[in-house]
Amino acid sequence: MWRGDYLFLLKNLILKDFRVRYRNMSLGVLWSLLNPLVMLVVWSFVFTKIFTNPIRHFSLFILCGIVPFNFFTVAWSSGTTSLVDSAGLIKRVPIPREIVPIASVLSNCLHLAIQMSLLLVFVLASGVGVNVYWFFLPLIWALEIVFACGMALLFSAFNVYVRDTRYFVESSNLVLFWLVPIFYPFSLVPPRFKDLYQFNPIAALVLAMRDIVLEAKAPSHVLLIKLTLVSFLVLGTGLLGFRRLKPRFFDYL
Amino acid sequence: MKNDSKAITCENVWKTFRLHTGQKLLRQHLASWFGEEPSNQFHALKGVSFDVAAGEGLAVIGSNGAGKSTLLSVVVGLTQPEKGTVKVNGRVAALLELGSGFHPDLTGTENVYLNAALLGFNERQTKAMYEEVVDFAGVRDFIDEPLRTYSSGMMLRLAFSVAINVDPDVLIIDEILAVGDADFQTKCRERILGFRRAGKTFLCVSHAKAALMELCDRAVWLDHGEMMLCDRIDSVFEAYEGRAAAQKQSAG
Repeated sequence: MWRGDYLFLLKNLILKDFRVRYRNMSLGVLWSLLNPLVMLVVWSFVFTKIFTNPIRHFSLFILCGIVPFNFFTVAWSSGTTSLVDSAGLIKRVPIPREIVPIASVLSNCLHLAIQMSLLLVFVLASGVGVNVYWFFLPLIWALEIVFACGMALLFSAFNVYVRDTRYFVESSNLVLFWLVPIFYPFSLVPPRFKDLYQFNPIAALVLAMRDIVLEAKAPSHVLLIKLTLVSFLVLGTGLLGFRRLKPRFFDYL
Repeated sequence: MKNDSKAITCENVWKTFRLHTGQKLLRQHLASWFGEEPSNQFHALKGVSFDVAAGEGLAVIGSNGAGKSTLLSVVVGLTQPEKGTVKVNGRVAALLELGSGFHPDLTGTENVYLNAALLGFNERQTKAMYEEVVDFAGVRDFIDEPLRTYSSGMMLRLAFSVAINVDPDVLIIDEILAVGDADFQTKCRERILGFRRAGKTFLCVSHAKAALMELCDRAVWLDHGEMMLCDRIDSVFEAYEGRAAAQKQSAG
C-alpha cells in the first residue's frame, strides 16, 4: 500500500528518535561519552586496585567489551519497546511497520560512533596505535547491526502481544553481561564452552574487536563465518516472525 | 463505469475485534494457542459495501461507536478486514487523529519533514512544498518552536496543510477539522473543493452537517457496524435525522 521514499522516512524516524532523546538533556550527546567513561573508571579501580590482573592496556580491553555490549543492549531494549512506544504511528499512519524497530536500532548508531571515537582516543593515547586490520571493524559492526535489527524486529512484535517481553529483554541483558567476556579474557573460558561462545554475536564481536585493536591481527575466519551466519539467520527469523505477527498489531495497540 | 475509475472500492467488508485484547496474560495466550476460541467477539463492521469514484466526496455518518473510524482505518490499510475486499487507487493522505505522526518535542519544521516522509514524500518534494505548507497553516512565527507549545488549532493547521500539500489522490479526514477556527475552516473548505475539482477523492467522518453537505455529494450511514444507507448526502441525512427524531420520540 505505502509507496514512498523508504530512506527519507528512515532518516526522519532516526532523527526523531535522536532529537527527542537529547533535546531535553542539558548534557545532550555527552551522555554517550560519560557512561562508558564512568564504567571504565570504576572497573579499572576494581580490577587493577582491588583484584589485580595481568592484562595489558586494561582500559582498552574493557572498552572493547563495553562498547559492543552497550550498543547491543540499548538497541535491543529500545527496539523491543519501539512499536508500543509508537502506537500512535502504527494505528494511524500506514507506513511499513518494519521500519519502526529498524529505525530504533539505527538511531543508536550515533552513540556507537561517539563511543568508537572514545576508543580511538584511548588507542592513540595508550600508544597501541591503529593497524591495517581496523578495516575489519565496519564489517563486523555491520553484522552486529544486522543481528540487532533481527532481534529488535522479533521482540518488538512479541512485545505488542505480551507486554512483559521488555522485562524479559532487560533481564536477559543482565545475564548477557556475564556471558560476554567484557572484563575477563576469552582465554579463561573452559575449552568446551569456547565454540559456543563464538555463536553469541556479542561475544564474537568483542573477541574480534580485541583481536583487531589489541593484538593487531585479523579476526579468525571461523569467527567471522559464525558471526555472519547467526546475524543473518536472526535477521531472517526476525523478518519472518514480524510478518506473521503484524496483521494484528492494530488490534493489540 | 469501469472499475479502475473508482478511487475506493469496498466489498462486503467485515471487521471483527476480540474483546479484552491487549490485557491477555500468558495463561490466556496459551489457551488460545491450544485452540480455545475466544468467545467475546465484537463486529465493528458487518458487510459494508460502497465505492467512491475519483473526484467524488463521500461522508461517513452515524452515532458514536457505529464503526466510522474503523471503516476509515480499513480503507487506509491500517488493519485488514476479516472478510471482504478493500481497494484504493492512488496515494492516500489520512488525518485520522489530531497529532498522529507528530511528535510534541520536535519543532514545527521537523514535524513537517517527518510527516511528509510518513505520507510518502521524498526530500526534494518536501523541500519544494515546505514554504507553501507553512504559509497555508499560518504558523510561521512558531515554526521553530516545539509542537507541544502549539494549540490544538495550530496543530490542526499544520497537519492539514501537510496532508493537502503532499498532493494525495485520496484525502481522508476523521473529525478533526472541527477544532479549526472559522477562518481556517473556510480556507480548508475552499482547498478541499479545489482538490475535488482537480479530480481527487475526499472521504470524511464528521458530525458537522453543514460542512459535510458542502464538501461531499454522497454519504454512507453506519449504525452498529451495519450500513443503513449509501446515497446522495441530503437523502441520507434526511433518513438519519428522521430516525434520530423517531428514537427520541419513542424514548420520551
